[in-house]
Amino acid sequence: MAALLDVKNLGISFGGLRAVNGFDISIEKGELYGLIGPNGAGKTTVFNLLTGVYRPDTGKIILDGKDITGKKTIDISKAGVARTFQNIRLFKQLSVLDNVKAGLHNHHRYSAVEGVLRLPRYFKVEKEMNGRAMELLQVFGLENHADVLAANLPYGEQRKLEIARALATEPKLLLLDEPAAGMNPNETGSLMEMIQLVREKFGMTILLIEHDMKLVSGICEKLTVLNFGEVLACGKTAEVLNNPQVITAYLGE
Amino acid sequence: MGMSFISYLINGLSLGSVYAIIALGYTMVYGIAKMLNFAHGDVIMIGAYTALIAITQSGLPPVAGVLAAVVVCTALGVVIEGVAYRPLRNASSSLAVLITAIGVSYLLQNIALLVFGPNAQTFPSVIKWDGVSLADGKLNISGVTIVTIGACILIMILLMTFVQKSKQGQAMRAVSEDRGAAQLMGINVNGTIALTFAIGSALAAIAGVLLCSAYPTLTPYTGAMPGIKAFVAAVFGGIGSIPGAFIGGLLLGIIEILGRAYISSQMADAIVFAVLIVVLLVKPAGLLGKKIQEKV
Amino acid sequence: MTKKKKISKQTRSNIITYGIVILAYIIVQTMINTGSISSLMEGLMVPLCIYAILAVSLNLVVGILGELSLGHAGFMCVGAFTSAFFSKCMRGEMQSDGLRFFLALLIGIAAAAVFGLLIGIPVLRLKGDYLAIVTLAFGEIIKNLVNVLYIGKDSAGFHFSTQDVMALDADGTMIISGPQGISGTPRDATFLIGVILVLITLFIVINLTNSRSGRAIMSIRDNRIAAESIGINITKYKLMAFTVSAALAGSAGVLYAHNLSSLTATTNNFGYNQSIMILVFVVLGGIGNIRGSMIAAVILTLLPELLRGLSDYRMLIYAIVLIVMMLFNWAPKAIEWREKYLSFGRKKKEAVK
Repeated sequence: MAALLDVKNLGISFGGLRAVNGFDISIEKGELYGLIGPNGAGKTTVFNLLTGVYRPDTGKIILDGKDITGKKTIDISKAGVARTFQNIRLFKQLSVLDNVKAGLHNHHRYSAVEGVLRLPRYFKVEKEMNGRAMELLQVFGLENHADVLAANLPYGEQRKLEIARALATEPKLLLLDEPAAGMNPNETGSLMEMIQLVREKFGMTILLIEHDMKLVSGICEKLTVLNFGEVLACGKTAEVLNNPQVITAYLGE
Repeated sequence: MGMSFISYLINGLSLGSVYAIIALGYTMVYGIAKMLNFAHGDVIMIGAYTALIAITQSGLPPVAGVLAAVVVCTALGVVIEGVAYRPLRNASSSLAVLITAIGVSYLLQNIALLVFGPNAQTFPSVIKWDGVSLADGKLNISGVTIVTIGACILIMILLMTFVQKSKQGQAMRAVSEDRGAAQLMGINVNGTIALTFAIGSALAAIAGVLLCSAYPTLTPYTGAMPGIKAFVAAVFGGIGSIPGAFIGGLLLGIIEILGRAYISSQMADAIVFAVLIVVLLVKPAGLLGKKIQEKV
Repeated sequence: MTKKKKISKQTRSNIITYGIVILAYIIVQTMINTGSISSLMEGLMVPLCIYAILAVSLNLVVGILGELSLGHAGFMCVGAFTSAFFSKCMRGEMQSDGLRFFLALLIGIAAAAVFGLLIGIPVLRLKGDYLAIVTLAFGEIIKNLVNVLYIGKDSAGFHFSTQDVMALDADGTMIISGPQGISGTPRDATFLIGVILVLITLFIVINLTNSRSGRAIMSIRDNRIAAESIGINITKYKLMAFTVSAALAGSAGVLYAHNLSSLTATTNNFGYNQSIMILVFVVLGGIGNIRGSMIAAVILTLLPELLRGLSDYRMLIYAIVLIVMMLFNWAPKAIEWREKYLSFGRKKKEAVK
């Protein structure tokens, strides 16, 4: 069976500096995959390449058999890649519910004219959207905050909302950029459960960047270790974590 | 044709020098306080009126008149910043201080209207020198033109030296890079911003006198359009950049005068604005501006 | 349960907004009918509607899209001149004055929308103050071009020129004469038409904001990069907000042109001064607060008239009031003080959001 995400020889330079070089990764459908590495190894850059924020200089990105290399962010989103951000990027002045409904944008449609004139389709689709968004909020235990402005949510909940919004786009592949950053051990624990749940409930394929080794070893089946923009090791979690090179890279940090 | 072209070019350089001096003030204030000071043009007008009063009614020599204008405008700039802009520096929207600046602009215009009346007043000739005559009298360059261009170059050099070399200049650069970090490093942010307004307003006073020496009619609205043009010049050159404001101002003046001479006098402003649009579409941060990309 | 409550809260707010307009109309119309209002005030009613439309429509760009535009008066200018051009040509050639005005309205709106779209495509790539200066530049160019445009009509058809001299046949008339503009436009605009257009503007802006497209526009405002990542077409929705805003400003221009018998483009009606004035309404009324910008437009338009007794000092007082109100509304220290000593401070803040 072909992998859901197949990346070969991905690379990009910024002003002479090779940020990512010869990056390969292959993720099967339904896998929970970890991307780890020291600070500045190029993990977020890989995410930005996968989501079209940057155009790669070299390499190919195949998603579910389709070539998405060099496509624009919006087209990659439509092709089925959703992400969260290291520094949370919510729509702060919108309600929690509207944040998720914005994620539903491309799947529940009606035209601007139908919206302005309040034609029957507006009511029908809005009702569908509300239902779907509330379902997603329930998964994350945010249903009681639906009317709260996203800016007023506590930090941990904001991270969850970002995941809910990403899931609303009905992705094939979900990219999580340090979902546990800034969380205390309790919150991290509940987030781990949440990620597991998302994967089971939605049959989601997930690639996550993480610093927290406990979280990584607890939930990821496979890992790729990035160091100075290149793949240092990849494979089953336990094997990778016992790899002497990986240990050096981490201890040497 | 050749001579008249050169003469238009020199006139353009002269007008451009005035724009550049105003734009330097605009761009410094923008770089450091991150605000568009819409009242800047009206400070020019106040400077011109001050010089007018000092020279014609108090009978002071022109140099003293210019000095009076500089002193009044410097004080005015510092007061405006302290009273109207400083309280809004950390407001939740950057539009708040923009609108307040518009309010200050109305205020200055209406004070001038009450004090000096709506009628145009003739500005005295501050520069008595007749200038030079070249090419057997075919090319005359007036004293005002030469002084204006000279003043602009001198100001530009002084300003660059000040910002690069002096301690206060370094503080300005630090505040413009990162206000919070500058504060943590022990830089007096309030003082630095006030100093910037003082310098910008002093330049506005000089620009006011030079502008009215070349175009000697003065009304309460005299500063508005040159203010907007200088703002355009600052953006044109890359707002926040001192050399950018200089080059932007000069180019704008030349384009305006050549446009007026060779294309259409009624459409000179439209030409200036059209050139700005084209430049920004090609170089979205202006000629010498730095493009800052948001980090994802 | 919470959903229902939210919808009704939204609806209630809308009903209040429309209700204020309708109530104000009924009260003022009654006063006009009973003659208890000065003719000066009566003459101010159409301008009030014009400014309310301009403020609400600019709020779509500034408040909802989050981009600063200083060229709004330019779109008003386009709407005014295209519609007045049509009305002047058709004067006496159409059976119904109402139909003629309606067509003029559509033409003004369409022309402003086209300008909004054509200008929006290149400029919306720019951000913040750069966008502001470019929109200002476009507004000034529009005003400037109108001032050098001469159009005459005779049996041979239309004649265009940028010079004063124009050889027209004996039956010819000048329609647009450069700086003298258009004179003899039928005065079709009435207070009732103005109020209807205000209501339509509110309806469009409020409903657009509270729809799928509005959510997309606001998501771009709050975080462009995140909006892109969930598949929202940034260019499309920026252009939509900008074009709708321009079209509505065009309708204000149509009202303006048909409220005066002669139309000229000056710095004060179609220049950056006017654009800035509209921005003042928006900011003072609350960025993104539709009802607030409408009320601010009405109050600030009436203020100079109410201060007329102070003659020479009125614009001075106006400027001071503007500065003080801005400081009171926006300075972090003033907000702190208000929340401490005035109980309504907090409530008001919530309502704005």
